[in-house]
Amino acid sequence: MANSTSKTSMETEEYKQIANRMEPKRPLGMNCLKAFLVGGFICVIGQLIQMFYMMTFNFNEHTVADPTVATLIFIAVLLTGFGVYDKFSQFSGGGTIVPVTGFANAMSATAIEYRSEGYVLGVGGNMFKLAGSVIVFGTVAAFVIGIIYAIVTQQWEGM
Amino acid sequence: MIFFWAFVVGGLICAIGQLLMDGLKLTPAHTLAAFVVSGAILDGLGIYERLIDFAGAGATVPITNFGSSLVHGALTEADNSGLIGVITGIFEVTSSGISSAIIFSFIAALIFKPKG
Repeated sequence: MANSTSKTSMETEEYKQIANRMEPKRPLGMNCLKAFLVGGFICVIGQLIQMFYMMTFNFNEHTVADPTVATLIFIAVLLTGFGVYDKFSQFSGGGTIVPVTGFANAMSATAIEYRSEGYVLGVGGNMFKLAGSVIVFGTVAAFVIGIIYAIVTQQWEGM
Repeated sequence: MIFFWAFVVGGLICAIGQLLMDGLKLTPAHTLAAFVVSGAILDGLGIYERLIDFAGAGATVPITNFGSSLVHGALTEADNSGLIGVITGIFEVTSSGISSAIIFSFIAALIFKPKG
């Protein structure tokens, strides 16, 4: 029994080595440069939208992030619907995944993809399939940090 | 000048993401989860807010800001109403991001058909 498991692990090890050798080399530097340029560009667009909101409405530097993020999400969803965002993604990788537009893209792409399974089970049930981990881990992390903060600052009176 | 720093900081965060995906072979989901948690921790330490002052949209557009806003809402409410505020405040700031993503995505699913 022990012999057979060790044999399997040998094979998996061997398989991994072969897979590693066969995998096309990813041009790390070039990919990072692309991600840097595209990601930076998206942030500059965000900055432009932010300036616009600050000048037109009464937002300050901290509150203005909310409408800016919402606007970027709207644009990203629209681009996803037209199938443009995925083309950008193939080119830039992290540059389109890391900004909040990538989050919107993950949600809207799954929503559109699963509409054939119906609106409740398909769209409703699968919308957070990719984006869910972001919300779950963000919320859990925020909860832990919040609890630590509350304990450290002795905020017990709300209990 | 704010545009320059928005570009550089935002671009750097994305390049780090690319590095995690290519170098450590993380999936995009793992990368984003790591970023959200890092953003949350940085906000808990009070660093992320300074980054926003410095880089504007370069700090508020990447997904790290999502984690930072979650913590920000939780801590602000914790100041106002104590421990229970951590729960009631978590989504206070991120409401616009999550609700707009849900609403626009749902409308998109009504309008658009899957491509390819």
